[in-house]
Parts: sequence; structure tokens; C-alpha cells
Amino acid sequence: MESIRDRVAIIGMGCTKFGERWEMSTQDLLVEAAYEAFEDAGIDPQKDLQAAWFGTVWGGGTGMVLARTLQLPYLPVTRIENLCATGSDALRNACYAVAAGIYDVVLAIGVEKLKDGGYGGLPPIDAPMASADMQHTFRSSTFTSPGRFAMMATRYFEHYGLTPQQGKEMIGRIAVKNHHNGNLAPKAHFHREITLEQAVNAPMVAWPLGLFDCCGVSDGAAAAIICRGDIAKNFRPDPVYIKALQICAGPYEGELSQKYDFTHVEETQVAGQRAYAEAGIKDPRKELSIAEIHDCFTITEAVIYEDLQFSSRGGAREDIEAGSFELTGELPINTDGGLKCFGHPMGATGLRMMYEVYHQMQGKAGPRQVKKPELGLTHCLGGVPGGGIISVLIAGSDKG
Amino acid sequence: MVGITSYGAYVPIHRLSKATISQAWGDSPVPGEKAVANWDEDSVTMSVAAGMDCLKGFDPKTVDGLYVASTTFPYMEKQSSAIVATALDMRDDVSTVDFANSLRSGTSALKMAADAVSANSAKRILVCAADTRLGEPHGNQEKDFGDGAGAIMLGSEGVIAAIEGIYSVTDEITDIWRPDDDIFVHYWEERFVRDKGYGRVVPMAVAAALAKYNLTAKDFAKAVFYAHHTAPLNGAAKQLGFDSKTQVQDILLNKLGNTGTALPLMLLTAALEEAKAGDRILLVGYGDGCDVMILRVTEEIEKVRDRRGMKGYLASRLELGNYQKYLEWRNLIHTQGTMRPGVDPHSAVALLRDRKYGLAMYGVKCKVCGTPHFPREHVCVNCGTRDQFDDYRFADKEGILVTFSQDSSWAGVSLDVPVTVTAVDMEGGGRVICDMTDRDPEQVKVGITVEMTFRKLRRVGGTNNYWWKCQPVRG
Repeated sequence: MESIRDRVAIIGMGCTKFGERWEMSTQDLLVEAAYEAFEDAGIDPQKDLQAAWFGTVWGGGTGMVLARTLQLPYLPVTRIENLCATGSDALRNACYAVAAGIYDVVLAIGVEKLKDGGYGGLPPIDAPMASADMQHTFRSSTFTSPGRFAMMATRYFEHYGLTPQQGKEMIGRIAVKNHHNGNLAPKAHFHREITLEQAVNAPMVAWPLGLFDCCGVSDGAAAAIICRGDIAKNFRPDPVYIKALQICAGPYEGELSQKYDFTHVEETQVAGQRAYAEAGIKDPRKELSIAEIHDCFTITEAVIYEDLQFSSRGGAREDIEAGSFELTGELPINTDGGLKCFGHPMGATGLRMMYEVYHQMQGKAGPRQVKKPELGLTHCLGGVPGGGIISVLIAGSDKG
Repeated sequence: MVGITSYGAYVPIHRLSKATISQAWGDSPVPGEKAVANWDEDSVTMSVAAGMDCLKGFDPKTVDGLYVASTTFPYMEKQSSAIVATALDMRDDVSTVDFANSLRSGTSALKMAADAVSANSAKRILVCAADTRLGEPHGNQEKDFGDGAGAIMLGSEGVIAAIEGIYSVTDEITDIWRPDDDIFVHYWEERFVRDKGYGRVVPMAVAAALAKYNLTAKDFAKAVFYAHHTAPLNGAAKQLGFDSKTQVQDILLNKLGNTGTALPLMLLTAALEEAKAGDRILLVGYGDGCDVMILRVTEEIEKVRDRRGMKGYLASRLELGNYQKYLEWRNLIHTQGTMRPGVDPHSAVALLRDRKYGLAMYGVKCKVCGTPHFPREHVCVNCGTRDQFDDYRFADKEGILVTFSQDSSWAGVSLDVPVTVTAVDMEGGGRVICDMTDRDPEQVKVGITVEMTFRKLRRVGGTNNYWWKCQPVRG
């Protein structure tokens, strides 16, 4: 099994302003993200692009949506859907096609237009996920994402002996951090500092998760131009090289087996280990310069710290209180404010995370810029605790 | 010997005080409370619950017939007893019949079951009766009617109460009725209902039955009368020579409410809970005539004592305390929903395909490593072996609550907000992800013991979708 390390590079990226883009359609969002990426890479989509991967969950049926919107000249376009990991998986598949030597320059783009729906939260997903048998019977528990992630919070608090108040304060600090970072990110949906008191005392969504424990609901699109690693510097002096691309689809063991403890996400741990091996990383907390991780809910971010080995098991609380993952901390996490401030247009999220990593690696992250940017990680968590579809991607500023 | 071989009951956990109803209308409070089916319960789910109580210690596969009686079946065309039989895990060749359209259909089902056992066409028949009748808001019946179910098993072996006699009369009268296009029960003038209905027919029929079997009121330890009120009950009992205080079974109007078709079976269960060998019990059902059954309790009754029954279920209660909630549960008030996408209809095809695991709550157990799975899988989650499974039932097992959330994000969608979503580790293995019902959200804690309960998940496109939820074990 070979590694993807340094075989492909990102030479351009685009990202729309995320938020309630009432005036923008799916097509409008795609154009805004794609043309920023084309201009950033200095390419002409009509002449230089050879293929495209189009990630969206609800944004249209086939690759034709993208082909028509961008008037792509009869290119191969693949539509990708992998829940919350959709954007990352579009990027991953695009990278593999380039690494295989089939194409030199391709587009990976993701979009979601959620705010046409008229409600908070996500549109229905065939529930429960990953159980085709129940798909048409609806014989299942009431499914909402807040509900399922709240179950992880309940068990995490119980397992580590935290009172609900202690637990809420632990995860509340994550919301405070991400709102602080998001306030520095012009393209974030929410620009607003919050206090720990606000986070802890917010209206309940799914106990123990309150409003500020849940990510926003936003429209957005993001795009990347990928080329062969060996020709990347022909396009720009500071390409960002792909070091690892991992996807892990869980067998839903956590909903079937008593072995699953609801205090971690096995798929994240597995995908992380594979990604570190692929990228040659031994000590992720020390070697990574930044991580953009899937804070769909604050408890999720806390558990990811442990699953990705940034914190020891049960050690997230101590690291949170020490500020280890703040902008000024040892390993800044969600430097752009994460899902908390960008919301979660599912097709776009993974690419939006990479957009932040890309700019951090290039030293162009403005007030959010981390010191010595060398390696950045993105992580998306689709599904639920007990059954997830996880992406872990690692990119770096230098070719090894 | 043909007779009763087991008894059981089900009383919904929620109680609505009659004072709460009175207060909502600005009326003077009246004493008592009534049992109220939760929003996810109906006559089918309550029949299943009472049936499970009655079947305790019995293999459902040994039951030859299931008769279910109600005036409030969820379907006018489609058999409810077939749903109940499937949920209770009975055999494919079980004989199922719905007894409907009369408050007497519960006792009539008992009579038919006794006849079938006597004729040797069945060895064991379970009779369930359940009702969730509606009185018009701000009417007397709204306060009178309660919800519940009773279950009585009949057979020829292990008889706990032998049937000594059965007598029935038919009496055509429009005293209490519900037309096919109305959800509310109608009563004629109360004095007519009392004097020309119940007060005329019941004494006449019971007197004829006693004469036929050469018995008098003094021969009975207990008389179990259905009655819609205590006044007509006391009138009939007195006329027949029964002592209201010592002989007549309390009809529980202020604890349970009038549970219609189910009431005589529930009261019979209550009487059997207290009965001792040798006791003679009279059972009287009323509605478009009168059914009379004479029972004699045997020594065997001591073998079926471990039921939850009326005593257990009446003692396990949650105060509803909210009349608007009751109206909402019964779909009698339109409340504002929330902007959410519409609910897709379930597929009859898929429901048929998974009815054993859906309705009877079967999963599978790996033959190689013994790991139980719910729902059924093809490849073992533990050892990876393909398709080496035995069917394995979860419905009758308890479990421990591993974790939960109280999900408020379904406000305006669910009638049960916050929805308690749970992960349950079942005794003997296997994990089930399901909603919790009949709980006080404040009392839900990791580690509590739960049991499974058959519920109506939702109704879409005119069909009900039933499945299982967990609930804290009802003491």
C-alpha cells in the first residue's frame, strides 16, 4: 500500500462567505467558490481543467449540476456524497485520480444550500443511517443529530464523573474558543464573541447540549484545484502538498454491540492512526501546526481531541482548561471558528476546513495566523457516535 | 374442565385528575382521576401489554386462539388481533378474531373462547379487551371514560377458575352508542340509560342465569359487574341480593375510569388477584344485552400470582396534570407545528418484510459466538461470521440504560418533547437504540433498568406504524 504523501498538491482554493445567503442559489454559491479557486491557481477552467469531483448531499442529483453551472467543456464529473465527509471525500477522490497519473489538473468542489428549507437543522436523511432495512419502515428511534451527540455527552460526563455543570463548562469553553476564532474569520457565518455563562445557560436543544453547543446552519461552497505534486510549483511558489488522505466508514458497531462506550469515536481514532502513518507523523500534538476538526457539537470536538491523540483519554478537560487548543496555544484547533461559526453546509465543510489549512500553510491567515505552519489536519465526522464516516486529511507547506 | 388459566391487565401510566378537567372548564372540581393512554398508545398496544402480562410464564406459541375486543380499534377494515398476535409472538396458525362494536364484546369473546375450548377446537385461547373511548370535551363522559386493557386466558389445563355456567341475552336498545362517522360516544338521557337500559337488562339476565344454574347471590364470594356508574350498579346488585360492600367488585371509576369493553376483564383480573380456592365469582358484561359467566376458583390460582395485574399497574402512575396535553394526545386540539419537511409514508412492502423483527421484536443471535444483534444482521458484529444466526427475541427482556439524551429539537413535531432517545444494553446481550416512553424526564439516569413496550410510532397516510420503545420498569 503506497502513501499519497507529496504526490499531489493544492494550487488554488476558493470559499464563499458562509451564512444565510438568502439571495444566493446553489449555482451562485458554486460559481463564487470555483472562480476564486481558478483565479487563485491562475488557471482557465475552459482550457486547463481535466476533470471534476462534485460533493453535495442535497444540492443536486449528478455531476451535470456542476457541469452546467460552470459550463465545463464535456469534462468527466463525479458526484460524491458521504454525509458530513462529502467535501473531504470529493477532494480525496480528485487527488487519487491525479496521483494515478490519469489527470494533471482537476477541480474538487462542494456545496450545500440549506437555508432554502425554512427550518433550523438539516433536511431528513434516510433514518436511521446505514440501516437500509429500516429505511422504508421508519421503525427506529427518533433521529436527530443533536440527540445522538447528546448521548455521547451524557455518557462522557458519567464516565469521567463530571457533574452536568462541570461537563457543560468543559464543552462550553470550546464554544467560547471557536466563537473567538470565528470572529477573526471574515467568511464565517457568525462574528460574535460569547461568554462561558452564555454558553452554559443557553436554551436547551438536546440535553445536555444547549444552543451554543450546536453548530450553525449555513449555506456555503468551497473548492480546490489539485495538480501533480511535481508540477505544482509551475503554478505558484507556495502550493500545499497532500500528506495523507483517509476515510473510515464504521460498521455501526456502536449501535449493535455493548462494547461501544459512547465516550469516543472508533472511526476517528482509526482514521487518525492511518493518516499519521501515511504522513509519517509520530507525535501529532507536537508535529501538527493546526487542526480543523468536526465540531458539529462541542462535545464532538472534545472527544476528537482524544481520538486524534491530541489529548490523553479523559484528558480533554484539562487541555481545554489550559487553553492548549486556543489560537495562542500549543496546537491551535479550528482557527477559523469551525463548524460552530461556519455552520455545516455538508458538501462544503471538508473543503472549507482545507481552505483554512491552505491559507495557514501559506502564512495568509491574517489575525488567525499560527506560528511555523508546517502541517495541518482536517477531520470530518459523518454519521453518529457508534457509527461514523470519518475523513482525516493532512496537508503540509513543504514537499518532503 | 374448561376455565380461566391466567389473567392480566394493563393500565396506562398517566392519570388525569378529574379536577384538572373541571378546572380547565371553570367548573367545580369533582373527585377522582382516570387512566389516560399516552399519545403513542391505542387499543392495539394496550392489548399487547395486557396480553404480555397474562402470558407471563406461558409460551405464546402454545396459544391456539387470540380474540381481541374493543370499540376503538385503529382500523375499520384490517384485523387488530392479527397485529396483537404478531407482537405477542404467537404461531402462524393461531386463530385471530376481532370482537367489536359493543361494550359487551369483551365478555362475548370470553364466551366464544370458552365454547371453542369446550368444543376441543382449541386448547388455549387468549382474550384481550382494550378501549380508549372519547367523551365530548366538557361533557360527563370525558371525565368518566378511562383507558386500559384486560387479558384473560382460557383453556382446559391448569384451570385457575372453572366455568360453571354461561348465560347471555340480547337486547336491542339505543342507550349508549357511537355512529360510524363520529369519534365521540353518545348517551341518551341518563335516567333512561339507567332505568330502561342497564337497570332493566342486567337484573333480568343475571336472575335468569342464577335460576338456570340453581344459584343465589349468597353462593358468590365476588360479583364483578360492568357498569358505567355506581348508581345503576348498586341498584342492580341490591335488586339481585348482592351486598354492595362485601360482594360487589369496586368498578374503580375514580381510579381508572370506565374503560368500556376492557372494564369487565380488568375487574375480573382485580377479583382474581384477591380470590382464593373455592371462591365463586360472577362476571357480568353489559351492552346491547348482557353476558353472565359463573366461575369457581381452584387451587391452581396460586401458580399465576406473579402478574403485574391491576394492583401493580394501578400503583404505577404519573400525574398528567395538564388537560391541554390530553386534548393534544387525542388529536382534539390543533396546535402549531414547526417548519419541518413532511413525514414520508412508510412502505407496506418493507413493513411486511420486517414484521417479525419489527412487531415481535426479534433480532438474531450468532450460532458461533453467541452474540445477540438487534436489528438482524447478516454478518456477526463480534466474530464476522456470515449468516449463522438463530432468531432471538428482545421484546420480553429487560435492559440497562447506557446513555440518553432529552431531545427538544423535535418541538412542534413530536407530542413527547423532550424526546428521550436511549441506548439500552439488553440482559443476555445485544444493544437497542430506541425512544423511551412513559417516563418522567427528570428521573431518567444512566444505569436504570428498562423494559420494552409496544407502541404506535406514528400514523401516516391512514396506517399506523407500530414498534417498540423502552420504559423504566413499571413496579
